[in-house]
Amino acid sequence: MTHAEALPAWAALLTAFFVLLGASLTLIGAIGTLQLRTFFERIHAPTLGTSWGTGAIVIGSMICFSVLQTRFVLHEILIGIFVTVTTPVTLMLLARAALYRDRTEGNVEVPPHEVVAQKDGSGEPTGS
Amino acid sequence: MSAVVLVWAVTIAQCMLVVAMGCNVYRLVRGPRAQDRVLCLDAMYANAMLLILTFGIRTGSTFYFEAALVIGVIGFVSTVALAKFLMRGEVIE
Repeated sequence: MTHAEALPAWAALLTAFFVLLGASLTLIGAIGTLQLRTFFERIHAPTLGTSWGTGAIVIGSMICFSVLQTRFVLHEILIGIFVTVTTPVTLMLLARAALYRDRTEGNVEVPPHEVVAQKDGSGEPTGS
Repeated sequence: MSAVVLVWAVTIAQCMLVVAMGCNVYRLVRGPRAQDRVLCLDAMYANAMLLILTFGIRTGSTFYFEAALVIGVIGFVSTVALAKFLMRGEVIE
């Protein structure tokens, strides 16, 4: 690891802090998938790893390479933006699929489908 | 001194990420239903991406960035396809 000596102390410490922060948040999220009981509680846990863990490690990587190459290296932010945009989409699709499957099977722990499509002329469902 | 701190921090972070992947593998194998397995597969894609990013910091080479980006894109596409499969029973209608 010869490039680590080329880093100034503040950059190395900052990179180490962000990398450790991201990895520990990811670990907490992964332990959450083990500890939480139902699927709908469990789906919140990996978001800690995919959003905050990725954000912190990407910031650490950006600091490291920007100081190493003495210019702004911002292409890691592509990963950050991509993960931030796509994680809610995938988890929402997965939660809706799980809800659909549980309702199809008549699982009693899932709230029933309560949106009533009232025919009040507009055709819009107005159930609360 | 700071280089030693950075090396140890990256090593500990990689160990943490591997333990996190182990937790996800346990839930992937044990998972009571299919949606638990898909959720853990998505989390494992994210963990693998973070692990490759930390390898990039460790070696000081920017070539790991493309691999991490490709893994992120593939994780997104595969999770969307699997969620569609769980919902409809087929991916392309």
